[in-house]
Amino acid sequence: MTKIELTSHTFIKSALKNRYPQLVVLVVMLAGYIFAMMAGLIGTPVGSHNFSIVFVWIAWWAILILFAVPFFGRGWCAVCPIPLPGEWLQRGAILNPPNKKPKWSNLRWPKFLRNIWLQNISFLLLALFSSVLLTTPNVTGIILAAMLFTAIALSMVFERRSFCRYLCPVGGFVGLYSQTAPIELRVKDKQACITCDGKPCYNGSANGYGCPWDVFPGGLTRNTYCGLCTECLRTCPNDNIAINLRSFASDLEKPSARLDEAFKAFIMLGSAMIYAAVLLGPWGALKDAAYHVGTSAWLIYAAVFLGIVFILLPSLFALCAFRLENFNSFKKRFTTLSTALIPLGLMFWVAFSLSFVFTNASYILVSLFDPLGLGWNLFGTVNIVWQPILTPILAPAQTLVLVGGLIWSARTALKASNEAKTSSIPVIIYCFVVTLIMLWLLL
Amino acid sequence: MKRSELLSRLLMMAGILLAIGVPLFFWMRTPLIHARVAENGGWSPNVIQAEAGKPLHLQLTSDDVTHGFAVGQMDMQSVDVMPGKVTDVTLTFDKPGTYTFYCTRWCGVNHWRMRGTIEVSGSSLDTEPAAVPLYVSLGLNVDAPHDAPIVPKEIPSAIRGEQLATDLSIAQFVNPDFYRANSPYQTFQDLSSTGLGDSEIWDAVSYIWQSNTTAGSLVNGQKLFAQNCAACHGENGAGDGVFADKLPIKVDSMMQKPANLTDPVRMLGASPAMLQGKILRGGMGTGMPSWGSIFTEHQIWDLIAYIYSFQFQYH
Repeated sequence: MTKIELTSHTFIKSALKNRYPQLVVLVVMLAGYIFAMMAGLIGTPVGSHNFSIVFVWIAWWAILILFAVPFFGRGWCAVCPIPLPGEWLQRGAILNPPNKKPKWSNLRWPKFLRNIWLQNISFLLLALFSSVLLTTPNVTGIILAAMLFTAIALSMVFERRSFCRYLCPVGGFVGLYSQTAPIELRVKDKQACITCDGKPCYNGSANGYGCPWDVFPGGLTRNTYCGLCTECLRTCPNDNIAINLRSFASDLEKPSARLDEAFKAFIMLGSAMIYAAVLLGPWGALKDAAYHVGTSAWLIYAAVFLGIVFILLPSLFALCAFRLENFNSFKKRFTTLSTALIPLGLMFWVAFSLSFVFTNASYILVSLFDPLGLGWNLFGTVNIVWQPILTPILAPAQTLVLVGGLIWSARTALKASNEAKTSSIPVIIYCFVVTLIMLWLLL
Repeated sequence: MKRSELLSRLLMMAGILLAIGVPLFFWMRTPLIHARVAENGGWSPNVIQAEAGKPLHLQLTSDDVTHGFAVGQMDMQSVDVMPGKVTDVTLTFDKPGTYTFYCTRWCGVNHWRMRGTIEVSGSSLDTEPAAVPLYVSLGLNVDAPHDAPIVPKEIPSAIRGEQLATDLSIAQFVNPDFYRANSPYQTFQDLSSTGLGDSEIWDAVSYIWQSNTTAGSLVNGQKLFAQNCAACHGENGAGDGVFADKLPIKVDSMMQKPANLTDPVRMLGASPAMLQGKILRGGMGTGMPSWGSIFTEHQIWDLIAYIYSFQFQYH
């Protein structure tokens, strides 16, 4: 598919370059985030009626995984409110150009942590406690506050959006799956970037800030670490930044060879399957173990969880990449072939999310009428009772999504195996087996 | 500072203040009464102040499971308190005093512990001294054993007893004073000189007990039993309610299994006054709650009448 440059349309370009539309959206998002945090802390402790649980874990999650990530990649990161207060404090301004001398420490992020291992760990930490987190408003409120204040603290110490880039539990998988999205921010002419004086897209200028994501747009080949904040669109003196529509998963044609990203794929794949078993499965003992944090049953659950995502899934996949005659390039083959798991993992999450979003969507209206659980009836929806929606199409839709994911990952495996100079068959068999397991868990 | 920067800072501050201020403002202005299972604190607050003659508006919400709300010794329909929802209740107390509110749904094994008080202030002239309960005026020890040494071989029938009663003079037994102060076994003994066989005497006792109550009382007693007693004592009174096996009964504690109200040895030896004491005062550490602050005297007699129906076959 030929790329279509969206920013060639004057209206779109003006809307993205102008700071005010983005600012209004960001302020609304920040206010909504803080409101959700407050609702979690002081609202009803009943999760199904609390705004923070319903809007964060049902509405936001549905928008993120079913819509934002598949179609807009890091589109969520472009409007995420978490880094804003820290970023504004770091810059000492909301709209004004930054001071030449930074107000705070402005340290570089430590080199040995410039990867997504911390994001892998932060996601797993939330995942291990998710049964409590997803159902207990207080815990959700505390986590929302903790993320906000951690982002502020990191902004005071380190330069740019270190929290987003290296610590955010959501940012890691959003970045990984953003490679499949049909949208990208790229430069039009790389030569223009090479000869560009001062690299204002990275270093900032009177027109805007240097890339908050610590990315040089001229070197962008994948969506993974571009937060789509469009700051470079404002600072580029050569009008060389474009936002393009492209075919799905274009980035996967150039597989990453990073182990942290490969393990992110395993973590996401395994977590989707474990979530399906725990949250949607019929096993009461498993739900109890996941919910009762700190008990011996939970410790066993946590050990099994980590064992699956760090040992079982990668070990079995390693067999696909193992070749006696060429052992030295094993790591590259392993990481390259794991690219095939990216579309599969995304579709696993879509299929899983369809289940609980269709089941719980009616809670959105219930919590809308009374977001703080104080007996309001703001939108006249007081009498709406919980009811699953679209149940007749759920199983066919999930099957379609998983089969589509399998085909997509098989195609990706073919390309990745060419890159890794090995056979794609073992990877396709691996994907087929885990898809069968996921189908069994969901249906 | 540029005007655009100033405006954006104002916009940002307004957004943050609204997001924090609005929930806090309404949260502080809405004093909810929270219901939680007893293990997690029960009612909060559990003491409410009110004034006699003035409406008391309450907003109740449950933080966990479905609860119910009612005020003891008051003619009110209980209301459900649903998780995450707010239930409005308006009460007006005619007289000052201390009233007990309680949960009316079997919310958990310690359901009966979910109680609180409403302290109603007002002119002390309106108050009436509480009547002395019958079991106290009779000097009964409600903890003393009261087993019946002789029990019927089959459930006594009031229908058969009615036929026998025409030949006996039972008028002295059919009045509240006699009925409430004597156990069925004592009545059996009183009739033992009539020359009838044991089973015939028990049938007569059955008829006497039926004659001392009304169909309305039995229906009301059944309703009260189903709502408040069946959780432990079981729907049929056999001591096998849904909570019976979940009570924390230990060898070294006073807690006891719920009484089997179908056991004739235990029940035919107990007078209505004895049962009144047990219900009104409770089991004092055995797990049997005190119902004196919740049931009216009339309700307790209805309940007792129904409890005896486990021993007798009425019309």
